[in-house]
This record gives sequence, structure tokens and C-alpha cells, in this order.
Amino acid sequence: MTRFFAWFALIFGCLYFLLPLVGMTEFSLKMRRGEYSFDAYRRVFEDQRFWDTFGYSLALSAATIVVGVLLVVPTAYWVRLKLPQARPFVEFVTLLPLVIPAIVLVFGYIRLYNTSSVLPLTGSAFGTDFLLTMGYTTLALPYMYRSVDTGLRTIDVATLTEAAQSLGAGWITILARIILPNVMVAVLSGAFLTLAIVLGEFTMAALLNRPAFGPFMQLLGANRAYEPPALAVIAFAITWGCMGLMQLVTRLSKHERAKA
Amino acid sequence: MSFLTISHLEKAFGSNLVVKDFNLEVAKGEFISLLGPSGCGKTTVLRMVAGFETPTSGSITIGGQEVTGLKANARNIGMMFQAYALFPNLTVADNVAFGLKVKGVPRAERESRVSEMLNLIGLAEMAGRFPFQLSGGQQQRVALARALAPSPRVLLLDEPLSALDAKVRVSLRNEIREIQQRLGITTIFVTHDQEEAMSISDRIVVMNAGIADQVGSPFEIYNRPTTRFVANFVGTLNTFAVKVEDSAAGKVRLGGALLTLPPGLSAGMGAEMAIALRPEALRLGREPGYETVIKGWIEEVHFMGSIIRLRARVAGELVVMDTFNRADQPPPVPGTEVEISLSGKDAIILNG
Repeated sequence: MTRFFAWFALIFGCLYFLLPLVGMTEFSLKMRRGEYSFDAYRRVFEDQRFWDTFGYSLALSAATIVVGVLLVVPTAYWVRLKLPQARPFVEFVTLLPLVIPAIVLVFGYIRLYNTSSVLPLTGSAFGTDFLLTMGYTTLALPYMYRSVDTGLRTIDVATLTEAAQSLGAGWITILARIILPNVMVAVLSGAFLTLAIVLGEFTMAALLNRPAFGPFMQLLGANRAYEPPALAVIAFAITWGCMGLMQLVTRLSKHERAKA
Repeated sequence: MSFLTISHLEKAFGSNLVVKDFNLEVAKGEFISLLGPSGCGKTTVLRMVAGFETPTSGSITIGGQEVTGLKANARNIGMMFQAYALFPNLTVADNVAFGLKVKGVPRAERESRVSEMLNLIGLAEMAGRFPFQLSGGQQQRVALARALAPSPRVLLLDEPLSALDAKVRVSLRNEIREIQQRLGITTIFVTHDQEEAMSISDRIVVMNAGIADQVGSPFEIYNRPTTRFVANFVGTLNTFAVKVEDSAAGKVRLGGALLTLPPGLSAGMGAEMAIALRPEALRLGREPGYETVIKGWIEEVHFMGSIIRLRARVAGELVVMDTFNRADQPPPVPGTEVEISLSGKDAIILNG
């Protein structure tokens, strides 16, 4: 009986997630009347705005990942090593982006950094991109912090640090050569989550008026029928591709096999 | 001439003083063990020498240089940890080369030093392996090579054998001692295992509640403990209550027998005190050259191979004695009445 419910739950769960995907994919292939075709996909790929916005969001997600790694890895490391009592507080801070809507954050940015403020970041494209990167870093913080913190939990941070120190290493060497390589899979998992967030983010990019992928998807969705599901399938493919890459990296990094 | 000097070292965590007025002078090339029960402060002393803890007061000097305020990575000290602490992302060769790389040693020189170190520990063929592909003993040997590669001034060993099984522990401790003597490196070894400390140390510091109770050679620590704690902590002791008959001549009465103690009896005539005898100082049967013979009843017999440990009831007290195994002489069975020979010269006078 228990086994029956287990199978039922599994099949129900699979159908719940897969059916909409199958439906959406099927619909995206029905652009040509009466037969399946990749016309919708061709249209998307032929649209220069797709490549422009996708490239823009990809560049910004790369910047976000760099800022996120530089911010989170040393912070999570330091909290584990020297300030374990501050962990609940830091965790609370990193969770704040989940309860503060992006729209509140972006309005705050616009008020603080508008053209008549002391720091008029919204006055230039570079300044706005910088602001958007910081905003994305904030949105990705809960995922990046948790990934890195979980990675740090799998290694003996204190002893490895002391071993490296006794061999003459300073903080930067310890972080770059010992800590970061040992949490690389966790960092990559946080990085791919960040990529997924940045590619799909609409509110911040739209309100800061930047040519990102999120607003493009919204624009396409509001005006076309078959291209938006094609775009959604492409977005899913990118995300799953990233997850596959993550698995590949885990398998290829020899020292990670010990943990498996 | 002392190479490593620890003077009036103290460490407090909040109101808890874990190391109290610790003083030690270590000669160059000497192997010193810090021995004591858990929480006695031995690891804290080691960590202060390494630079991982800041002393509350006192000073540490290595080779004439005051290092108390120096950061851990500037002290040029090698360290081995209980948990191996090999870098999981680096191969054996890269682990050993790490300290040299940090120092900026040129590649050719680095490679030659790594190969020299791997040959020293007998793991040259494992250079390309990752730590998870090695056994515990092999990992700890790599940790030793890694600690020694940058030619540190002092080698610190923080219970490096505790996580290993008994057989590997014995072979590795002999290997560590052999390499230490060959390189002539000043070494401090922290352990709670007295056998380990006694077998490889030049001198032992027995620590109790943050204080160095006694510093001496393994022979001195075992045979002439100066405090009751050291006497009880190191080895097994049989304690006897005696009465002083002649303090100048060192004569005491144990039951009906008169014993002559080694010099150092401070109690006055008629005083009641305690003396102790090691298990091997008690001989089964009537032995020539021993001062007296007392009667006892065997209660337990533990055959341990070359040694047989006997527990006998003597004047209401349970005493432990060790005797060598002899193929032609089976051990007594429990319940047998036996004669036990002993001498006052073997006794340890327990003061305090």
C-alpha cells in the first residue's frame, strides 16, 4: 500500500511539472498551421533584439556572479571561521531579498541615485548597469550565500586555514588557492542560479530602462502568440544546460569525487 | 643554550585561565612532548607557539627572535594536525610544494625539494594522487612532508597519531622520531598518550590544569615523579600507607615490614604518609636482594603476551604487578596465595 502511494505521488509529481512543459513545447511548435515546425524558434533567433538583450543579460549576469562571489565567499568564510555567533544575523540579512520585493528595491535605488542626487548613477548607461548589477547581486544573495555556506560545511575550514597559515600563506592565498577551489562546485551552483535569476528578471531592468532579456520576453509575450513559449523553452534549455554543466564540473574535478 | 623559550606564558578565555605561568626551554634539535589529560592546556600552549592563539601574557622566543606578536604565517613553523588537514584540491606533490610556492621558491628547486621530501616519507610513487586516495597513515606522512618542506625552525605536532589505528600509530611514531633525529629539527609533540610520549621524547612536560607539573626525561618522569598527579597520570601505581620510623635514615613501616626509602623523605618521625610502587617493582615469589616479602592473594590474571598483569589483594588493598611471561612457568590462578617481594629503594615518595 505504501509503495502504491509512493508511485502515485511520484507519477502525480512528474505529470504536474511535465504536462505544462509538454503543452507549452507542443504549442511553440504549432506556428505553421496543421503541422509541427520550428518556425517560432526561427523567428526568435532571427530577431536581433533577442541576441542584443540576451547578450546584455549574459554580460550582466557574469558581472553579478563575479561581484557575488567576491562578496559572498569571503563573508561566508569569515563568518564560519571567526564569527560563528554572527551566523544567524548574516543568514537573516541574506534572506531579506526574498521578503523585500524587487520593486521596492529599485524605487529605493532610483530615489537614492537619480540624476539630482549626490551619486547620480542613473545619469549614465554605465552607472545604471552598475546599479542593476548591484541589484541583481542582492536578489541572488540568498541563493549564492546558501550554496557557498553549504560548500564550506563540507570542508574543515578552520584546520585547513591553520595548515595554510603555518605554511606561510596569507588570507588572499588561503581564499584563492585553498578555500575557493574546494567550494568551487558550490560556487558554480550559486553562479548558475544567479544566471537563471538574471536572465528572467523583469522589474529592475524595466524600471531602470535597460535592454535586458526579461523585458524583451515580456514585450514578446504581450504582442505575439507562438514566440513567447518558444522563448520560454529556450530559457528552460539554458537553465538545464547550466545544471548539466554543473554536474559535469563535479564529475571532472577529481578531488570532488571523494565527497561523492 | 635554549633555542625555543617560553616564559611566563598565560592564556585566559574570558575568566577561565587555561594556561598558568608556563615556562619551558627547548634546546635545538630536542623532541619535547606535552603530556596531560584533556583540557589541561597542552594544545593551547602549542597553538600559542604556532601563532593561532594570542597569549594573555608572557613571551615566546625562537632562535633569539621574539615571536609572541608575530602572525602565524610569519613564524616559519611547521605543523601537523590530528585531522591531517591536507588540502583536498591538491595532489600529494602539490600539497608538499604549497609552502615552497608561498615562499616563492623557484620551480626547479621546488620540484627537487618535493621529491626529496616524498622520498623521505617513502611515498614518491604517490606524488600524483589526491588525499582521498590515501590511507590515514599515508595522509599523515604527507602532512609531515608538507610541514617539513619549507625547512621550518620548529615542528609542532598536535596529536597527529590519534586518528590512526594502533599498528600504524606505532610505526608512524617511530618514523616521525627517526626523521626528526635525522633532520635535527626542534619538535613539540602534544599527546594524551603516555606510552607515545615516553617512547619518542627527549623530555616530557606533564601538564595539569594549565600548569607544567613536571619537566624531565621519560625515565625521570616515570621513576621519579615529583607530584602526586604526575605519579598517578604516568603509568600504573600501587599506593601503600606507611609510618615513618626513622626520617634521617629514610625508614618506614609497611605492615610488619621495614623499608628503606630513597633519599628525599621529608616527613617527621611517626608521621603517616603514602608511598607508591610501580607494578614491575613488585616481584612474584621470594626474590633474593629484595628488602621484604609480603603475602597476597591473586584475584585476576591478564595474559598480555610478553607481560602478565596480576591483580592481588594485599592487606585489604588491591595491587597490580607485572611479570614477564615464561614458557616453562604458567601464571598463578586466581585465589592462589602468593609471596610478593618488594624493596623500599623502588618506592616513589608521594608528597602533596
